[in-house]
This record gives sequence, C-alpha cells and structure tokens, in this order.
Amino acid sequence: MLAELNYWTALPEIVILTAASLILLIDLFVPDDRRYISYWLTQLALLLATCVTLTTLRIDSIKGYHGLIVDDMLADFLRIACFGAVSLMLFYSRAYLAARNLFRGDVFVLTLFALLGMQVMITGANFLTLYLGLELMSLSLYALVASPRDHPRSSEAAMKYFVLGALASGMLLYGLSMIYGATGSLDLDTVARVIYGRQGSGLLLTFGLVFVVSGLAFKLAVVPYHMWVPDVYDGAPTAITLLIGTAPKIAAFAMTLRILSGALQGTAIDWQGMLIILCVLSMVLGNLIAISQTNIKRMLAYSTIANMGYMLLGFLTANRYGFSAAMFYTVSYVLTSLASFGIVLLLSRQGFESDQLDDFKGLNQRSPWWAFIMLLVMFSLAGLPPTIGFYAKFMVIEAAVNDGFVWLAVIAVMTSLIGAFYYLRIVKLMYFDDPVETQPILVRGDTWIALSANGLLLLILGVLPQQLIGLCAIALTQSNFP
Amino acid sequence: MRPRREQRSGEAASVGAPLTPYLSLAIWVPIVAGVAVLVVGRDREASFARWIAFAGALAGFLVTIPLWANFDTTTSAMQFVEMADWIPRFDIHYHLGVDGISMLFVLLNSFITVLVVWAGWEVITVRVAQYMAAFLIMSGLMNAVFAALDGILFYLVFEAMLIPMYLIIGVWGGPNRVYAAVKFFLYTLLGSLLMLVALIYLYSVSESFEILEWYNVPLAMPAQILLFVAFFLAFAVKVPMWPVHTWLPDAHVEAPTGGSVVLAAITLKIGAYGFVRFILPILPDASRYLSGFVITLSLIAVIYIGFVALVQTDMKKLIAYSSISHMGFVTLGFFLFSQLGIEGALAQMISHGFVSAAMFLCVGVMYDRMHSRLIADYGGVVNTMPKFAAFMMLFAMANVGLPGTSGFVGEFLVILAAVKANFWLGFAAAVTLILGAAYTLWMYKRVIFGDVANDNVAKLTDLSRREFWLLGAVAAAVLVMGVWPKPFIDVMHTSVTDLLQIVARTKL
Repeated sequence: MLAELNYWTALPEIVILTAASLILLIDLFVPDDRRYISYWLTQLALLLATCVTLTTLRIDSIKGYHGLIVDDMLADFLRIACFGAVSLMLFYSRAYLAARNLFRGDVFVLTLFALLGMQVMITGANFLTLYLGLELMSLSLYALVASPRDHPRSSEAAMKYFVLGALASGMLLYGLSMIYGATGSLDLDTVARVIYGRQGSGLLLTFGLVFVVSGLAFKLAVVPYHMWVPDVYDGAPTAITLLIGTAPKIAAFAMTLRILSGALQGTAIDWQGMLIILCVLSMVLGNLIAISQTNIKRMLAYSTIANMGYMLLGFLTANRYGFSAAMFYTVSYVLTSLASFGIVLLLSRQGFESDQLDDFKGLNQRSPWWAFIMLLVMFSLAGLPPTIGFYAKFMVIEAAVNDGFVWLAVIAVMTSLIGAFYYLRIVKLMYFDDPVETQPILVRGDTWIALSANGLLLLILGVLPQQLIGLCAIALTQSNFP
Repeated sequence: MRPRREQRSGEAASVGAPLTPYLSLAIWVPIVAGVAVLVVGRDREASFARWIAFAGALAGFLVTIPLWANFDTTTSAMQFVEMADWIPRFDIHYHLGVDGISMLFVLLNSFITVLVVWAGWEVITVRVAQYMAAFLIMSGLMNAVFAALDGILFYLVFEAMLIPMYLIIGVWGGPNRVYAAVKFFLYTLLGSLLMLVALIYLYSVSESFEILEWYNVPLAMPAQILLFVAFFLAFAVKVPMWPVHTWLPDAHVEAPTGGSVVLAAITLKIGAYGFVRFILPILPDASRYLSGFVITLSLIAVIYIGFVALVQTDMKKLIAYSSISHMGFVTLGFFLFSQLGIEGALAQMISHGFVSAAMFLCVGVMYDRMHSRLIADYGGVVNTMPKFAAFMMLFAMANVGLPGTSGFVGEFLVILAAVKANFWLGFAAAVTLILGAAYTLWMYKRVIFGDVANDNVAKLTDLSRREFWLLGAVAAAVLVMGVWPKPFIDVMHTSVTDLLQIVARTKL
C-alpha cells in the first residue's frame, strides 16, 4: 500500500500550486489597471480545482505518495468547501482591496498558497505532511495580515499572530515528536494501530497528547488559546480577516480530526477530558466577552471563539455522529461567517473602515435587502431557526445528549442565550435605530449575487438541511472514522 | 421551499387524511403572501401593500374554514394529517395534524390576523410592507405551532415566530420599544432553549421526534421531573405565569396595537397549548406530582396579579395584567385533571383570544386619536364617542365574565371544576371574578363615563367605518360564543376525554 504513488490523489493540490506559480509569473507582466486579469485567473484556478476534485471524487479512501496523503470523501468535501470559501472571499473583498491599494497579485498568490496549505492539512496522512500544511498556511496568512505595509495596526497584528502562531506550531511539533517517540511512527494509521496494541509508553503518549491538543486548540482558537484572535481579527484588513475566519477553520477541523481521531482515537478518554474544558471555557468566555465589544470585528472574533466551543461539543463525543455534527457545525459556521464579513466589507468604503457596531445603525432604512441578509446571519450565529445555525447547534447538542453529556448541553444552550443578546443588538441597531451614515451602498453585480446567494443559503439550508447533513454523515462513514 | 407534501396513508393515529392539504395551506398561504408583500411593497405606494396583505390574510382565513366544516367531533385522533420525510438522519418529519384541542386555535389565529391587518390599515404609515409582512409570516408560523406533530418542527416554528414579533415591537413600538423588544426576546428564548435539550433527550430515549409517540414512552420519575422543569420554563414564560410574567406588561405597552393583539390573543395561547400538548400527556406522573405547585402559581397569578391590575394607570398595562390573571385560570383548569377543568381552560383560551384582542383594539382606537394610554388623560369619552363606548362596554363585560359573553363560559367551567376538587380552591378562584369586575369596570368608568375631562376628549370623533366593522366582527364572535358555546365545547370534548385517559396512566 505504501509503495504506491497514486499521483492523482493530490491533483487538486497540483492544480492550485501550478496556478499560484503561474499567476505569480503572469502578474509581473500585468499593468496596474489590468489587475483584474490576475483576479479572474485566481477565480478560474479555484473553479478548475473544484472541477478536478469533483472528477476525482472517490467513495473509498486511498493513500497516495507513499502514504503521505490520503484522499477520501472527507478530503474531497472539505477541499471543495475551502475552494468555495476562498472564492467567495475574493468576490466580497474585490472592491475593498481595490480601495486600499491591496488589489495586487501577491495578495492572490499568497491566498492561493494559504489555500494549498489548508488542502495539505485536509489530506495529510502523516504527522509531517500535516505539519507542513499547517506551516504553509500559517506563513502565508502572517504575510497577508501584514500586507498593508505602512499600517501600524496591521503590522502589530501580524507580529502578534506570527509570534503566538510560531509558539503553537512549536508546541504541536513537540507533542508530535513525543508521540513519535512513544509509538515509533509518523504515519497516522500506524500510530493508531500501535496505540490500540498499547505497545508504547502511556505517560509519554499522554504528555505528547497535551501538547498536541494545545497546538490544535490554538489553531482552532478556543479558550485559553484564544488571545491572538481578537487582535488579529481587528488589526488585519477586513478582507484578510474574512479569509482567516473562514477556510482555515475547515482545515483546522480536518487536521484535528485526522490527528485526534485518525491517529489518537485510542487515547480518546484522555483528550475527551481536555476538550470538555476547552469547550466549556470557550462557550462561556467567548460569549461573555463578546457582549462588551463595540467593534464588530472584535465581536465576531469572540463569536468565533464561542462557536468553535460549540463545535468541540460535537467533537468531544469521540464518535462518528459527534464528528459529523462537528463537521456540519464547522461548514455552516464558515458559511455564516463568510456572509457576516461580506456585509462588513460591503459597508466599508474608500478611507472608511466600517468596523464599529454603530456603523450598522439604521441599515434597514439605507438598504432593506442587506439588513435582511445581516438579520439572517445574526440569527444563524445565534442558532435560531429557521437558519442553518439552528441545525448546527441542534446536531452538536444532540450528539452530546446522545453520549450522556446532558449537563454540557444545558451549558451550551444557556451560553447561546448570552450569545443571542449581542447578536440581537446588531439586529436592533439595523432595524430600530436611525442611520448616522446616509451614503448609499454601492455593490458590484457579482458581489451582489454572491453575497445574496450566500445569505439566502443560510435560510434555505435552515429549512431543508437534509442534503448537507447527509453529506457530512457519508463523508465520515466512508472515511473509516470510528 | 415547501417540504414535499406526500401523504402517507394508513398512519396508525390518523384518520380522514384529506386530499387538499388544508393545514399546509393555512401555514403557507400567509407566509407566501407575506413574502409577496415584502417583494412588491414600496413605501410610496403603501395602499398596494395593504391590499395584498389583506387579500393574503383573508385567503389564509378562508382556507382554515374547511378545518372547522370537515372536522369529525367523534374521534380524538389527529385529523387533516400530512406527513412527509424531512430530515431522515434524525427521523424528523414534516408532520401536521389537528385534534379538538388545536383546531380552534388555527382558526382563531387566522381570524385575528385578518383583524390585525385591518387594524393597522391607516395607523401604520412607515415601512408598511414590512409591517404587514411580519404579521402575515408570524401568522403562518403560529398556525404551524398548533398543527405541528413533530417535536423539531414545533420547536422550529416556536422559535422562529419570535423574530417577526421582535421586529414588530422594536420597529413600530412606543418610546421604550428597544428595551421591551429585547426583554421579550431573551425571556422567551431563555425558556425555550431548555426545551430544546428536553426534546433531544426525549429523542435519545424514544428514537423518534413524533410527539404522539412520546405519549407512550416510559420515563422514570427523576427524568420526568427534569423534563417537566424544562418544558414548564418554556411554556410558563410564554403563558406567562407568575413570577416569569414581567416581560408581558413591557411588551404590551410598547408594542403597536396589532402587536399587542397578536401577543395577547395568540402568543400567550401557545404557552398554554404547550401544557396540554407536551407536559400533561408526556409527563403525567410529574404533572400529578407537581400539580400543587402549578395550582399555587396559578392562584397567585389570578389573585395577586388581579390586585396589581387594579392600581395601573396605563390602560394597556392594565389589560396586560388582566391577561396574566385570566391565563392563570387556564393553567389552573389544566392541573385540576378533570373534564370540566380542561374544557373550561380551553374555552377560556379561545374567549380570551377574542376579548383581549378586542380590548387592545379599543385602546388602539383611543390611542390613535389622543396618543395617550393613561387613564387620567381620559374621561367622559361616551359624550363624544357613543358607538365606541357601547362596543367597549360589551368587551369590558366579557372581560369580567358576564353571562352571555364568551368570558363567562370558561371561567364558570373552571370554577366549577375547582369547587369539585376542593371548595376553598374554587372559592379562591372565584374571588377573581370580583377583582376582574373591579379593575375592568373601574377603568371603564374613569375613561368613558363622567363629564368631558378636557379639550382633547371634546375633540374626539366617533368610530370610522373601518373601526366599526373591526370591533363589530369581534363583538359578534364574543356574543356567539357566549350565547351558544356548545359547538366550541363539542369540538374539544372527545379529545379532552382522551387526553384525560392518557394523563391518568402512569409511565413509570
């Protein structure tokens, strides 16, 4: 099995890598006023990669590159989700980037490299592959955060992100090396077998596990590894915040799943306890601190922290139902998050960052349509029907209750009540207050369509979620998770 | 986005599945009309939006008439059943059906929606389309609450209907509207979130989200008590019962007239409906065990809140407290576990739907002219608005529970049941009749009778044609139900008998 190359298992990665390199070259010869060529080439690359993934879709799970990567339903599904998220991010941020002199080839190329890193995180079947993917993604994102060079807050955010991110990567690597020491392998499947056979040292394994969970928790942005999130969300240009807040969450989920379940399922008892603490702290602190924010980007940052806590609620059951619930949660959160930052981007103009909550005042009078979309986003984040956020919360709570964690479910619903308060405040500002800003909202046609479709999808999937639920369940069943 | 409407014949508990999906129509006609109003309605041509909304509301009411006409009163099984797969992964179905308990509320709700659209006709001048759409969509959702036979479907619409109400209070409400809207939303959400955990727990026990299947699931006493607490919180906040009632006066006072009408007439009923659909049959042992607790809370609501109503200076607040007091009768009736008690409570719910709607409409009529809800600003209104005074007299009497009006039927039956259970219980409940008469008639006297109090009252004009027919429609309903309550009681009778049998069984 290990001897086979199976080069096509990484075909989408090859497409993205080739596209990134080509765009890097082509962009050199594109004049500044024709920058849209690089932009559309990037979109084309994403479309192509999606098509390639669909044509190489596999029902079963197959290893490639001598066991370094694995191609299965899970990988295909999450890859496509990442392509979609990045593509929407580019649609939403075009005007924003152009207005800030960031509509440049290097931004697109770095985005594609970050995406490549995410794909590797999703498909990795070996500790080293996963780690390389993580680093590729993180380094690209650090650079993207710092892309407005003369902007002190962005530089500060990038610095913070880089230092803390490097620390987390170090912890993860340290933990992985301990697990390697305990089991003698870097291959996920072999590690899993060794642990089930209990040939390794229990203590060393648990030590390694603590470090691995810490590193992953940092990437997922859950309490107490969340300190970087508000600063980075706030300091980065909103378009980049949108990127950081969406697709990497999918990749981080996949990596967590591959490591904790794919390799370390035998120690589930241990990591379950750790995840319970992370989960409860995130739900409580994330929601509580979000209340006091006046900046929408910081508020959404704390909302991310809380939402990742809910995702862990499904994950910590350590069974297939819980994983599929967590996966559904991640995908639906990313979809909602895309729309939320999309609206924030929409409201900002040349020289004006629409990052204060008060900028939403009276949006219903300025534009009923975008107010309605934002209403859907907010209710979806709050987990209220009839939006997709309700089913996301429903599924993780169901998974927890089914596994006997009724008390966790009660904490989850109580904290989501706290969450409802600050989401409702946005609705209140949009609908009940009078506008301070009277500038009309100008939207490009393609952005209009993409963002409207994104927003309505929250409602449509909130009424008819069965396809997505089924997809999440099948992807996990076909991918040999317990 | 309609779920498929396949009808599965041969369902064990369903008879008379019709060819026309009346319940789906009752739910979707108002919602589709609401969306249509939103799409075509512009603020500049508000009358267009009004007429579409009115047509939608009327159509929504008309499609519910067959529910009454074709209703089979001899069976307690669910009727007009519709069943379609929705989310197979969790065995969730689009399952609708009504029995004698829920059918009347679908009608009541659709009727009130027509009135509300009518009542907002000239009064609402800003964002008319959004206002009408919010009411229509909410009407469809509330019909779904009464018709849902699937736990998740119920929860979905139970929560979703908060959203339009939140906007109605917040956008078109009074000066303190934001506070009231947020309080309303968070209070009701607090209750219902625990219910979600309870529903999921029942699913994990029974592997099904079918409400009717839960009636037969054995549950140990500790589990029943915990589930009771979760459900009780959800529904007690909605009813609202003392001491979780404080959101209601705020919401009522700040909401526009239409919002107050729907809140009092329908939303409160949903809480009470939850008691008979969920708590009593699913948790019979816990219900019996904790009946003393609920009866105590009900009596406190009936008597203490009655006194609170007496001292109010704001008319809307007074009627709000009177609503809480009347709903105390309903919960009291449920937990006496007798035919008379439950039928009386249900009759009281229907009647209160008409009467509270009428009272809020009356206050709305005065508020539109004077822009004040304070009793002290009025006096001698009968001199300038004689027709209005006559209507309000009738509604005040119905609120008091005068024989011949709908208010009498329910209260009388509940008190009768209470006396049968325990004389002093009945005595305490009957005290409220005196209190109710005191606060309602005293308010009526101060507002309507006497000399003309000030220049503003002297300038009042009597009812317009629109208002006349509006109040006339409700007056007719109040009188019909008061004089001839038999058809209403007949509809409930078989279902209530069956419910009592379920409650009498033990599930331990």
